[in-house]
Amino acid sequence: MSYKTIVRKSSALMGYVIQTACITHCVIEYVGDFVLCTGPSMEPTLETNNILFTEHITPRLQRLRRGDIVTAKCPTDPKQNICKRITGLPGDKVKGYLPRGSQVVPRGHVWLEGDNSDNSKDSRMYGPVPQGLIRGRVVCRVWPLHRISSLTDY
Amino acid sequence: MSFRSLFKSLLFGVPIGVTFLDSVGYVARVEGISMQPVLNPESKNTDYVFLSRWAVSDYQINRGDIISLVSPKDPNQKIIKRVVALEGDVVSTLGYKSKYVRVPEGHCWVEGDHTGHTLDSNSFGPVSLGLISAKALCIVWPPERWQSLETKLPESRKPISIAI
Repeated sequence: MSYKTIVRKSSALMGYVIQTACITHCVIEYVGDFVLCTGPSMEPTLETNNILFTEHITPRLQRLRRGDIVTAKCPTDPKQNICKRITGLPGDKVKGYLPRGSQVVPRGHVWLEGDNSDNSKDSRMYGPVPQGLIRGRVVCRVWPLHRISSLTDY
Repeated sequence: MSFRSLFKSLLFGVPIGVTFLDSVGYVARVEGISMQPVLNPESKNTDYVFLSRWAVSDYQINRGDIISLVSPKDPNQKIIKRVVALEGDVVSTLGYKSKYVRVPEGHCWVEGDHTGHTLDSNSFGPVSLGLISAKALCIVWPPERWQSLETKLPESRKPISIAI
């Protein structure tokens, strides 16, 4: 192989790699992705090492409902993700921990709670979560195989 | 045939463009008077700034940076403000519900430069770092306003105590 062919072939390969990476980025960012969940906060609905499919279209269009399970960036650590259920939308009255007690969810925020309320760090601890932090809505569980199920209410 | 090749180049070109805008940065128009006098010094003309996504990809920001973030009050709106304090700092507020605020973990305190004409942390409190979308680096349009944006904080708005 001559020098020229090597350059041509490697640049074509580079092009394919870049293209694939960009398409993957767009799909993950705008359509949906798979997430591995860890931790006890959503038991018994979700358990550690379940793999979930989340879609990113509903949160972008602000069509979230009460009862949806969502993934979001953790308000106290943006590098961490959390997976909780929406229990309150703007204007709803919710019950938090002391000192504030019951409060109304402000505009542009949601109230997130884990299903395992005794063992979950959620809105009752850090207050309402801005909707801008929500990344995806959980659609279904894909792993383990014998527990494949839809996780939406409708 | 040419239609097909156009379609094909669109199919592959759009994701590359979107990825570039998402990971490197983009140019956006600044609206409103909240950042006067640095941006939009006269209310009739608007500035276009280059927003770098690259600079905030690991959520590393400094006091005095101008950042763009998703408004905590309306997720469809982006706002541009200056970072005044980072987590652990104590800041003296201007009209917030408490006079002094210690910025909680994973949050920052943002303010517009045009005190009194801006909707910022003084009304909605500390904002989560996860809402930050980009850092403003320079003004790119109009040409007579070409300049890079400095990281600076007025002496009067420095946090009272800085976290170590």
